[in-house]
Amino acid sequence: MDFSAIRLELVAALIALSLLAVGLIAPRGKREMTGYIAAIAFLGLLALAFLAPGHGSSFLGGRFLNDPLALFFKRVFITAAFLVALMSLRFTAGLEESRSEFFALLAFSLVGMMVLSSANDFLSLYIGLELMTIPLVVLTAYDRASGKSTEAGTKYVLLSAISSAVLLFGLSLLFGASGSLAYGDVAAALAKPAFGPASGDPLAVIGGVMALAGFAFKIAAVPFHMWSPDIYEGAPTPVAAFLAVGSKTAGFAALARLLFFVLPSNGGGLSLVVISLSVLSMVVGNLIALPQTNMKRLLAYSSIAHAGYMLLGLVAASRAGLSALLYYIVLYLFANVGIFAAISSFGDGGRSGEIASLRGLWKRSPFMAASLLVCLLSLAGIPPAAGFLGKFYLLAEVARQGKLWLAALALLMSLVSISYYISVIRVIIMEKAEDESRIRVPIAQKAILALSALATVGLGVFPGPLTAWTQAIAAAVLR
Amino acid sequence: MLGLNHYLVLAALLFCIGFIGAVAKRNAIAVLMGVELMLNGVNLNLVAFDRFGNHAEPLGQAFAVFIVAVAAAEVAVALAMILTLYRKRGNTNVDDLEGLKW
Repeated sequence: MDFSAIRLELVAALIALSLLAVGLIAPRGKREMTGYIAAIAFLGLLALAFLAPGHGSSFLGGRFLNDPLALFFKRVFITAAFLVALMSLRFTAGLEESRSEFFALLAFSLVGMMVLSSANDFLSLYIGLELMTIPLVVLTAYDRASGKSTEAGTKYVLLSAISSAVLLFGLSLLFGASGSLAYGDVAAALAKPAFGPASGDPLAVIGGVMALAGFAFKIAAVPFHMWSPDIYEGAPTPVAAFLAVGSKTAGFAALARLLFFVLPSNGGGLSLVVISLSVLSMVVGNLIALPQTNMKRLLAYSSIAHAGYMLLGLVAASRAGLSALLYYIVLYLFANVGIFAAISSFGDGGRSGEIASLRGLWKRSPFMAASLLVCLLSLAGIPPAAGFLGKFYLLAEVARQGKLWLAALALLMSLVSISYYISVIRVIIMEKAEDESRIRVPIAQKAILALSALATVGLGVFPGPLTAWTQAIAAAVLR
Repeated sequence: MLGLNHYLVLAALLFCIGFIGAVAKRNAIAVLMGVELMLNGVNLNLVAFDRFGNHAEPLGQAFAVFIVAVAAAEVAVALAMILTLYRKRGNTNVDDLEGLKW
């Protein structure tokens, strides 16, 4: 067996276990260091993912595939985990007894995401999914002082249990239709005219739709989005950030592999399902975001809308579509992490996250206001921030394939979205704060804000290297 | 003589009953019981397909065993969560979770 394929997962699991051990060994009063150790360990893992990733290898007879696509996603997840660990330093400062477990759960969830992006078999897909979700549930309910956090955790665990049962029923039907669990064999069986979704074999069609529904829940696409605003609002802010960038991206990693390699969506009824998910998410997400008064709920609805844009890359189902999706995922990561970092540096650690608390931020902390501005502009899709190019790539590819109405609708909805991002910016710049004292931004939050703002502008002004990379991945994966 | 279809219909029924229970029940524990029924429907499907299909390896049975194990882990977390909720508010009614707009 070739263990080099699961090198990154092994190291990440080792990090998680060591963090638990550190929490036991470290003397009382010195336990703040677990957070720093976690951040440094994730940084080391990121270096390993770039320097010695075990390229192109597979494990367990191809059931676990470490191809360029999976590696790209793994680097995104590790970056997200690193930034979230930095962001959590402040939240965990008050947790003397349970700090190391927080970071260990973060690392376990990271392992789940990495397995999910490499899964090439229904069994590893399911294990990865649950390994990601169960620690996230515990993290969501971590703020024991707040009733909202417990409530959010309960909702999350019940709804995700229902959604994974639906997903599993879909997978069991696909297993029945194809007689195999491995992606390659399932795809080969479904491609036969007697079976394929195009021929209308009920097992394959119902199975495919139910599997899609399960992942639509993970990426929070309408109509499976109801959980996300509640859970973002109730969860501790760093955890909400990890849900927004990590869990959603992991859903896309698995969905991309399923749609590209297992359930060929072109021409079949499944592509219609993906298009409707995308349209509904863009329309409903953007319209409900308009009247929101809480920053975390606003971000939840905006991230529902962004799931709609990203689904356009899967609708396109081409090399250019996949490459645009990957580019969008990177810019979405930095913009969202930046905004969540800003929310978490407020006095209450971002527990409330009301938009009104951003009043006069321009005077209270010019640095934070400027980085927040860049990230918001990127999500709104205004140049020179990266969001503009990301949307341009996606819409151009959809339009090129003749779905002009879809591109036009996405453009219209993104114009609608500008209005709520701008209204947040107006609150930051124009409105007066009651309390004009300066906000002391913790150093870790400063670093995240600076990095996100720089990355967002950098990707917008010099998109060349990342675009070349994503195109190379798309070309290597889709033949 | 029982054929594959009998098992599939039973599994689909189990799944639907579980789904209705999970969505309609007010008590969080009952919601979890509904989820368990859904998962049992899935397991029955997998095992039936495995038994009536022509497979070299018992893949379906293996998958079912994994589902049983992972579901146990999930239920453990869910019960812990419900217990915390009960300590905070004295009931486990999902309709009362209104601190956040549902």
